[in-house]
Amino acid sequence: MTEEDVVAELRDGMTIGIAGWGSRRKPMSIVRAILRSDLKDLTVVAYGGPDVGMLCAAGKLRKAVYGFVSLDSIPLEPHFRAARQNGTIDAMELDEGMLQWGLRAAAMRVDFLPCRAGLGSAITEINPALATVRSPYGEDEYLAMPALTLDVALLHANRADARGNAQYLGPDWYFDDLFAMAAEKTFVSCERIVEPGGFLAEGSESTIRINRMFTSGVVEAPYGAHFTHCVPDYQRDEAIQKEYADSAKSPEAWAEFRAKYIDIPEAEYRRLIGVQS
Amino acid sequence: MSSEATLSEICAIACAEAWRGSGEVLASPIGTIPTIGARLAALTFEPDLVYGDGDAVQLGAPLPIGAPPDAEKVVEAWLPFGKMFDIVQSGKRHVMMGATQIDRFGNQNIACIGPWAKPKAQLLGVRGAPGNTVNHPTSYWVPAHGPRVFVEQVDCVSGVGYDRADAAGATAVRFHHIHHVVSNKGVFDFETPDHSMRIRSLHPGVTVDEVQELTSFELVVPDDVPESRLPTDEELQLIREVLDPANARAAEVPDA
Repeated sequence: MTEEDVVAELRDGMTIGIAGWGSRRKPMSIVRAILRSDLKDLTVVAYGGPDVGMLCAAGKLRKAVYGFVSLDSIPLEPHFRAARQNGTIDAMELDEGMLQWGLRAAAMRVDFLPCRAGLGSAITEINPALATVRSPYGEDEYLAMPALTLDVALLHANRADARGNAQYLGPDWYFDDLFAMAAEKTFVSCERIVEPGGFLAEGSESTIRINRMFTSGVVEAPYGAHFTHCVPDYQRDEAIQKEYADSAKSPEAWAEFRAKYIDIPEAEYRRLIGVQS
Repeated sequence: MSSEATLSEICAIACAEAWRGSGEVLASPIGTIPTIGARLAALTFEPDLVYGDGDAVQLGAPLPIGAPPDAEKVVEAWLPFGKMFDIVQSGKRHVMMGATQIDRFGNQNIACIGPWAKPKAQLLGVRGAPGNTVNHPTSYWVPAHGPRVFVEQVDCVSGVGYDRADAAGATAVRFHHIHHVVSNKGVFDFETPDHSMRIRSLHPGVTVDEVQELTSFELVVPDDVPESRLPTDEELQLIREVLDPANARAAEVPDA
């Protein structure tokens, strides 16, 4: 598949989970393709970084569901901040662990999972639909974190095979496996597609984290996570991340960033960042 | 050597002291000086304390602050975020988070300033604070003590304080413990009958009046206000030569 083929599977109003974490291993080439499309009114579920910020800046979002949105080395995501402060998106803000629990509940096909997180905090006030549940075995009253069922999950792996198994070579695959299992359909982009049986030349069995039963298509996207990091293949491009953050200063700056890095084919993006001649 | 300790070094000791008695749990410091403090505690008086590289591994020996991503590490165990979330719920963790705002009962805000529905300033979001505070001990680090940080009421309760935990019921209270608040002026705790914030110690040269002036609510002042302890020679050497040779700590708390 190509990024455009993935976009063709998406519809206005869908709930889309974007895996990765902050400004780390985000499926940015697919996000860029969404920005180039006519899609609108999306709900995004994420441990957010520039994926969420770009969707905000491009007016693609109706709602964001998140535990945080951060660029890591730049703690506050400026485009997301602008959207929140201008009230242009709805928000469901959660504790980080609650977001994991919501994905896990969806993956398990149960309505909710109990947790302590959220009790006593503003979480129950800013999300008035959240309910508590009394333990049938004792005196405890837990927060009932509802399943966060996704229409589509998007994720970027280091390696995948053509059938949709995916491999993670860095030290953390974050919650990519839960995003895949919480979604009706999951599309994987990867740095390189390997031949059948090729994973073990790259890493041990335990690095093959995503099973093709939970994926629907694979895009070979070298530097597809760029400018976020995709270790060990590449580190974050801090210079371009800074250009991106600075582009929140005015509509003109954003238009300029967009024209330079987004409204172009991916091959040209790779030429621009100097990894393809 | 102790007489020459800088304010940032005194703060590092105050942070380290937050983990005294924690035992074999994961110390999760957010910020430079808390990171120095956690590692210092592990190297000295709290040898079973567990600490990571701030990313995905648990360390068997400290890395200096600012070490490059490819620095050689003594990897002791694996700590990806999924494991971290499991550890949070297990209770084997003591986090020291930052606080954009904190009130007298230890409610903390890192989410936004102004009404949440349409904030004046969107900050990080609540991150892990709601879950941390009801699952395991939590301390806070405030590098610049001031009345806009130590507030009468926080705008969005991210970390749960004592009054809010009580109001939420027994399940919220069971594992809730706000341990210390360390600032550039002193150390504060909640060891009072109603769990309102008390001065535990003040850093050398800081007066009760000064710190009360910088706090928007009334602090509980014990009859005898101790001075925060100074680093030992061994501790100063560890901070300066092993843990933070580049003096990143001075960027967080400038020398007075």
